Amino acid sequence: MTTPDHIMERAAPANATAAVWVHQNLLKSPLHIFLSAMSISLGLFVAYHVLNWAVFSATWSGDSQDGCNPDGACWPFVIVRFNQFMYGFYPTDQQWRVNIIAVILLAGLAWLSIRATPWKAYVLGFLVLGFPILTFILLSGGLGLEKVSTSKWGGLTLTLTIAVTAISVSLPIGTLLALARRSKMPVVSVFAVTFIEVIRAVPLISVLFMASVLLPIFLPAEVTVDKLLRALIGVALFASAYMAEVVRGGLQAVPIGQSEAAKSLGLSHWKTVAFIVLPQALRLAIPGIANTFIAIFKDTSLVIIIGLFDLLGMINAGVNDSRWIGMELEGYAFAAAIYWVFCRSISRYSQRVEKESNFGHS
Amino acid sequence: MNTERIRSLSIQGAALLALSACVAFFSLNAIENMQALGLTTGLGFMGQTAGFDISFSVISYDRTSSTFGRVLLVGIANTLAVSSLAIIIATIIGMIVGIFQLLENWPLAKLCRTYIELARNVPLLLQLVFWYTCVLSALPHQKSSLSFMDSVFLNVRGVFMPWPEYSDGTRAFYVACALSITALVYLVRRSRRVQEESGEGKAVFIPFLLTTVGLIGGAWMIFGQPANWTYPVLKGFNFKGGTWLPPEFMALLIGLSLYTAAFIAELVRGGILAVSQGQREAALAIGLTNWQTMKLVMIPQAMRIIVPPLTSQYLNIVKNSSLAVAIAYPDIVSVFTGTTLNQTGRAIEIVAITMGFYLCVSLIISAFMNWYNRRVALVERT
Repeated sequence: MTTPDHIMERAAPANATAAVWVHQNLLKSPLHIFLSAMSISLGLFVAYHVLNWAVFSATWSGDSQDGCNPDGACWPFVIVRFNQFMYGFYPTDQQWRVNIIAVILLAGLAWLSIRATPWKAYVLGFLVLGFPILTFILLSGGLGLEKVSTSKWGGLTLTLTIAVTAISVSLPIGTLLALARRSKMPVVSVFAVTFIEVIRAVPLISVLFMASVLLPIFLPAEVTVDKLLRALIGVALFASAYMAEVVRGGLQAVPIGQSEAAKSLGLSHWKTVAFIVLPQALRLAIPGIANTFIAIFKDTSLVIIIGLFDLLGMINAGVNDSRWIGMELEGYAFAAAIYWVFCRSISRYSQRVEKESNFGHS
Repeated sequence: MNTERIRSLSIQGAALLALSACVAFFSLNAIENMQALGLTTGLGFMGQTAGFDISFSVISYDRTSSTFGRVLLVGIANTLAVSSLAIIIATIIGMIVGIFQLLENWPLAKLCRTYIELARNVPLLLQLVFWYTCVLSALPHQKSSLSFMDSVFLNVRGVFMPWPEYSDGTRAFYVACALSITALVYLVRRSRRVQEESGEGKAVFIPFLLTTVGLIGGAWMIFGQPANWTYPVLKGFNFKGGTWLPPEFMALLIGLSLYTAAFIAELVRGGILAVSQGQREAALAIGLTNWQTMKLVMIPQAMRIIVPPLTSQYLNIVKNSSLAVAIAYPDIVSVFTGTTLNQTGRAIEIVAITMGFYLCVSLIISAFMNWYNRRVALVERT
C-alpha cells in the first residue's frame, strides 16, 4: 500500500532520550528558557547558602558557643540541649518511660506501614484507644512508678502527647458529632451544628484561652484542673469540630443505596451505621482525616501561648539562655526539621493508604 | 413508625435535659466562684481608661484618654488590616505558584513544590517567629537602612514609606475615580448587550482608559494634585514623615501570606487540573483562541471547584492572624483577650466578645463567598 500524496512522510517520533526530555521540560520556548534559567539559578542560590550554613561552614562539636564558626550553624547548641528538646524537664532517671512509649509508638506505626503485616485494624485500634491510656500511666506515674508532675513534661514528648491525645479523642467525638449533625432529631442536630460551627469559626488561641481562663470559673472551686489538662481539653474540642466536618464529608459521599440495602436486609439503624455506612465513610475520608492530623500536629505548637513548654517552647527557652546568644536560626531550623518530618510522613502514609485502599480488610 | 417517634422524642428530651443540667451546673459554679472572688459581671469596664501603651495602631489611640472599648476597636482594626492585606497577597502568590506548576517546566515546578512542601509542613507559629527573630530583627539599624529609590527604607524598626496626605485635589480625585468606575460598569454592560444582540464585540478597554485619563487628568488640572506625598527622612535616630509599619506587622503579613499561599497554590492547581481536558480541546476546536479558552472556558469551570475551599483559606487567614500574640503584634487577641483581660479580670465577657468578633467575621466572609459561589456555580436544570 502506498502513502496517499497529500500525507507527507514524517520522521518517527523521537524516543524519550535525555535531550528530548530536556527540550520538552526546560527549553520549549523562549519564555520557558527564561523561566528555567531563573528557577535553576534561584534554586542553586538558595541551596548553596542553606547547605553552606547548615553543613559546610557549620560547627559540629564543642560544648560552648566560643568554638563556633560565625558564618555557619552552631550545632553544639542543639547537641548540648538535645535532651531538653526531647524530654523537657522530665527527670533523667525516668526518661526510659518516655523511650518505651516512643518505641511502642514507632513499632505500631511501622506495623501499619509495612504491607504484609496482619491485624492492622487491631493495631490501629490499640494505637487510637489503648495506647493513650498506657501513655498516661507511664508518663504520669502511679502503679509503683515514681510520680512525675505534668509541669515537668516538655519538649517533643509534650508535643507528641498533646497531638496523640487530640487525635485519638477527636476521631470518636468527631464521628459522633458528624452523625449527630446528620440526625433527623432537631435537638441533636442543632446542638451539633452550633458546636461545630462556633468552634470552627474561632481561632484555636481563643479556644485555648477559654479553656485556660474560663474552665476554672465554670468548675467547682475545689476541683483544680491541671494546666496541661486544660490545654488538652481545648485542643481536643477544637480538633473534634474539624474532624466532624471531615467525617460528615465522608458520610455524604456514601451512596444512599448502601443504607437502604442494609435496612432492607433487616439491620437496625445503629448496625447499619456501624457496619455499613461508617466503614465506607471513614475510608472515603482518609485524605481529610490525614490533613486534620497534620493540622492538629502543627497546631500543638500554640500551647506555648498558655505557658506550656512543648518542642517549640523548649527551643524558645534555649534561645533565651544567656550562654548561647543568637542561636535562633539553629533552634528553629531543628524544630522545623522535626515538624517537617512528622507532617510529611503522615501525608505520605495517607497517600499510600488511599492508593491501596485495603484498609481495615486485612 | 410510632415507636420510632417515641424513641426519637425521648432521646431528644434526654439530650435537652443533659444539656440544661450541664449549663445549670456551669452557671451555678461560675456564680459561686465569682462571688467568692468578689468579681462582678457586666460591660461597664469598657468605658474605663485603659492606661497602657499599644505599639502600633491603624486607628488613633492615646494611652491617657482611650478606654478599653477603644482598645477593642484598635485590636479589631489591626486584625482586619493585617488579614485583608494577607488575603490579597496570599491569593496573588497562590495563583501564580499554582499556575507555574502547570507550565510543564521541570525546574520551575520543582521549585514551587519545594516551597509548598516546606510551607505546609512547618507550623505557622514557627514560621512567624522565624520571620520575626531571624529575618526582620537581623536587619540593619536606622543609620544604615536598606533604601529603595531613597523613599522606602527598611531597617530593624520596620518599613518606612511615603504616604499621601489630604490636599485640595483629593476630593476631586475621589469623584473622578467614582465617575470612571461608573463609566467602566456602563461600558461593560453596553458591550455585553451589543454582543448578545449582534454578536459583534464592542471595545471596552480603550474607551475606559481614555475616560479615566481624561477625568483624573482634568480633576488634577483644575483642582490641583490629588495628594501631597510626604517622604520619610532620617532625623536624628529615627525617620520622620511618611508612614511606618512595625516589624511585627511585616512578620505577620509575610508569614501569613506565604503559609496560606502554599495552600491556595494547591487549590488552584487542583482546580485547573480537575477541568476535563476535553473542554479545552473542544474550545480550541470551535475556534476560540488560547486566551479565550483560558478566560471563557477553563477559568470559569475551575473557579467552581476553587471557590468553596478558598473561602476556608480566607477564614484561616483571619483566624491565624491571632498568632500575632506570639510576636507581640497588637491584634485583638493580644491587646484585648491578653492585656485587657489581665488588667480587668473580666474573663467571661472578654472571651465572649473575642469569640463573637471572629464569629461575625466568619459569617461575613462566608456570606460574601457564598454569594460569589452562587454566581460562578453551575446552573442546572430545575
